[in-house]
Amino acid sequence: MTRMLKILKKPVTCMLIAIFCGFVVSALILFATGYNPTQSLAIMFNAVFSRPKFITNVIIKSTPIILTGLSVAFAFRTGLFNIGAEGQYIAATIASTVVGISLDLHPILQIPIVILSGVLVGALWGAFIGFLKAKFGIHEVITSIMLNWTTLYLNNYVANSARFHKPESDGTYPINDSGLTMILYNWKFSEEGRSFLKNNQTLNDILLKTDLNIGFIVAIIAAIIVWVLLYKTSKGYELRTVGLNPHAAKYAGISVNRSIVFSMLIAGALSGLAGALYVTGSSSHNIHVLSMFENNGFNGLAVALIASSSPIGCIFAGLMFSGLIYAGQSLQFKTGAPSEIVNIMIGTIVFFVALTQIIPVIADKFTRRRSEHVK
Amino acid sequence: MDISNEYAVQMRGIEKSFGTYKVLDDINIDVKKGTVHAILGENGAGKSTLMNILYGMYHADAGEIYLNGEAVNIKNPSMAIKHGIGMVHQHFMLVDKFTVTQNIILGNETANAFGIINMKKARKDVIKIVEKYGLKVDPDARIEDISVGMQQRVEILKALYRGVDLLILDEPTAVLTPMEIEELIDIMRNLINDGKTIIIITHKLKEIKASSDDCTVIRKGKVIDRVKVKDESKQSLAEKMVGRKVRLVVEKTPANPGGKIFEINDLRVKCARGIETVKGLSLSIRKGEIFGIAGIEGNGQKELVEAITGVRQVESGTIKINGKEIQNTGTRNVIDNKISVIHEDRHRYGVVLDFSVADNAILENYRKAPFCKNGFLDYNARDRFTEELIKEYNIKPERCKGTRIRRLSGGNQQKLVVGREVANNPDLLIAVQPTRGLDVGAIEFVHKTLVRLRDEGKAILLISLELDEVMDVSDTISVIYDGSITGIFNQKEADEQKIGLLMAGGKENDENA
Ligand SMILES: Nc1ncnc2c1ncn2[C@@H]1O[C@H](COP(=O)(O)OP(=O)(O)OP(=O)(O)O)[C@@H](O)[C@H]1O
Ligand SMILES: [Mg+2]
Repeated sequence: MTRMLKILKKPVTCMLIAIFCGFVVSALILFATGYNPTQSLAIMFNAVFSRPKFITNVIIKSTPIILTGLSVAFAFRTGLFNIGAEGQYIAATIASTVVGISLDLHPILQIPIVILSGVLVGALWGAFIGFLKAKFGIHEVITSIMLNWTTLYLNNYVANSARFHKPESDGTYPINDSGLTMILYNWKFSEEGRSFLKNNQTLNDILLKTDLNIGFIVAIIAAIIVWVLLYKTSKGYELRTVGLNPHAAKYAGISVNRSIVFSMLIAGALSGLAGALYVTGSSSHNIHVLSMFENNGFNGLAVALIASSSPIGCIFAGLMFSGLIYAGQSLQFKTGAPSEIVNIMIGTIVFFVALTQIIPVIADKFTRRRSEHVK
Repeated sequence: MDISNEYAVQMRGIEKSFGTYKVLDDINIDVKKGTVHAILGENGAGKSTLMNILYGMYHADAGEIYLNGEAVNIKNPSMAIKHGIGMVHQHFMLVDKFTVTQNIILGNETANAFGIINMKKARKDVIKIVEKYGLKVDPDARIEDISVGMQQRVEILKALYRGVDLLILDEPTAVLTPMEIEELIDIMRNLINDGKTIIIITHKLKEIKASSDDCTVIRKGKVIDRVKVKDESKQSLAEKMVGRKVRLVVEKTPANPGGKIFEINDLRVKCARGIETVKGLSLSIRKGEIFGIAGIEGNGQKELVEAITGVRQVESGTIKINGKEIQNTGTRNVIDNKISVIHEDRHRYGVVLDFSVADNAILENYRKAPFCKNGFLDYNARDRFTEELIKEYNIKPERCKGTRIRRLSGGNQQKLVVGREVANNPDLLIAVQPTRGLDVGAIEFVHKTLVRLRDEGKAILLISLELDEVMDVSDTISVIYDGSITGIFNQKEADEQKIGLLMAGGKENDENA
């Protein structure tokens, strides 16, 4: 019993309970709106797990939000609220698209250059916000929101520009093939590849039917690097100190302003990586006119929150988030349930995660009640 | 003692553990109505925990509480208030932007049928209480504009406004100036005369003598003794508390100072609001000397320390250590030039409350060997160092290197800070109110450490608002007034009255003193 209460207090348990509660509430809402909840949940489950292709798609879709989630989580650990992940992501897609169209080198050069251009621009976007905070004391949330919109319009400008716009479309040309990062891209469409895959149903499903790319692996590596940076290096110690007590940091000889700029630079680079990998890895490998944000950055906020800003946790939170979105689309398609139901589900889960702070308190109460009983 | 309604509070068999660590063990305490009852105990003895249980913030694992002879079950602070118990915590809980009146009525507003607060009546009620107990505060001042001493009065007013009969004060004097302490004791007398009961936690034996009737001594979570204060001396109280002989006066041999090592020349510094608060200050400290600065708060001590440590811009003048000018070169350079600081406000400047004890132990040296190798932290080195500090400085609980420092009692936090700074092996150690909130045993320890460093040939700058501390510990005693040093004395020739006069802004007649 005591052991169970101890387990209850662990963050991971809290998280699982929160997710479970999210599902229960969603089921209730489904029921209330006239859909069969068990059937609906089964559809959602199947939508993700019934075919290798689906799982692969969930993984592909999780890549950008894992990275923007990391970006937000990293900034948060250092005392900053990076609501600008959205803008940094868009800025990176612009940069990678422009570079990917303009250059056409051997893939060994092209791929790193296209990706790095996105990362760099994302980093600059972030660093700019950090700079404004460090130099003029303007809160990062305000500058981030403004920069998000500025970037959205910059995106539309580039998408419509004579140089890059693809006629009779709402976007630019795709980037050159030399910059694509899909796994076995050339081989899988070759004669040899096709005939090989014909005999292997699973691989066929995974490779040929999806844009399977290196992004997810890069995201996992990024999560590990962020974790190492934060918890294993002296730089990370410094950044965390600034995040938790800037006054003490100052007296310990740490330059708080420089830390802020550096943190935002890294956070921006992570969001930028998300954008760059999306352009190189997922069709249609271009940018197009946006009337509204696509939420790749904002979803990162939710991912970071669900992961309670743990870098490794972002991987799982991103996968779950992506799975929910994917399953939601399928649910909508199969039963006609409104897509809002999935948003409600995600919202509830995030809400319960925020509430999990309470679980240890309740566990405490319970322990107390028991000891009073014993008496 | 029997349960009876002569007692405002009686606690029986109180037990409390945090995890496996037993903080309170079978505590019995009896507080007579209409008295001031002091609770005395070392840092980490469990005093705050016990009072938090009485106030409903924590729940006891076992035990009973009786108020006026009747058993009660206090589940939370609002129930405590209903039972007539009020508590003033060491860290105040006030809204900065609100006025005094607004803060006092917060959570207890009297409103009319439409939910509109009757501010006029509230203000009148507040003024009534202010006058009744001599708690001079301006009901319309904003919290952010009044001094810490005033803020504390607002906390007391808050409790009185809610009609409490029993007031708990947790280390109320740690943040007060000597003047304010005297006024607080007067206020306490007025409350007692009005039939209220007060429980006070303090480490300052002088204040217990001046204010309290009874005293319960707690050591390591157990009641050691219950005494009448008037039958005890400061010395005997101190010994009961720590369980061994303690020296209340600092033991040291005469100083044997060497050459000049630290020098400040005609220093001028502006405070955050742009007003010059250090006005042409000069001083010099020799190796093997403890140089004390006495003075009333707000005479430039804060800005002086900030200027030396490089977090505040120096307008003009020089600061030299080992002959090297360090003003305006940044904090990191100051640290690298072997200057260490024990800060007055440790929660704000000295530690990161949400870091573990071990992480706090390397706060200034995280980027240096052995804690850092090629940019990576060496956690083994950190843990080894922390364990050494815990052992050498007797930090409790012993196995705390992984716990967040927030969980340690104030005294133990300070021990870690002192240990960390001393381990830096500084040429100059600046100690600002280094014993604030510490028990006599810990104070003795800190003072001994300062003297030990001195004997090793280090220079020490001691800045304190407590004149006794400066007078006892320093070899050279100076007075700061209005941003400059107005008098320097040898410890042997120092005269308390003359120094007191200088602190208040009087002029010194004797030129060679
Ligand atoms: N929430 C908590 N979790 C774990 N341990 C705690 C907690 N609160 C207090 N402790 C531990 O309980 C012990 C007693 O703490 P308490 O704050 O009551 O001491 P104290 O007598 O008030 O000391 P001080 O004079 O330094 O304020 C300390 O060792 C402290 O580390
Ligand atoms: Mg305490």
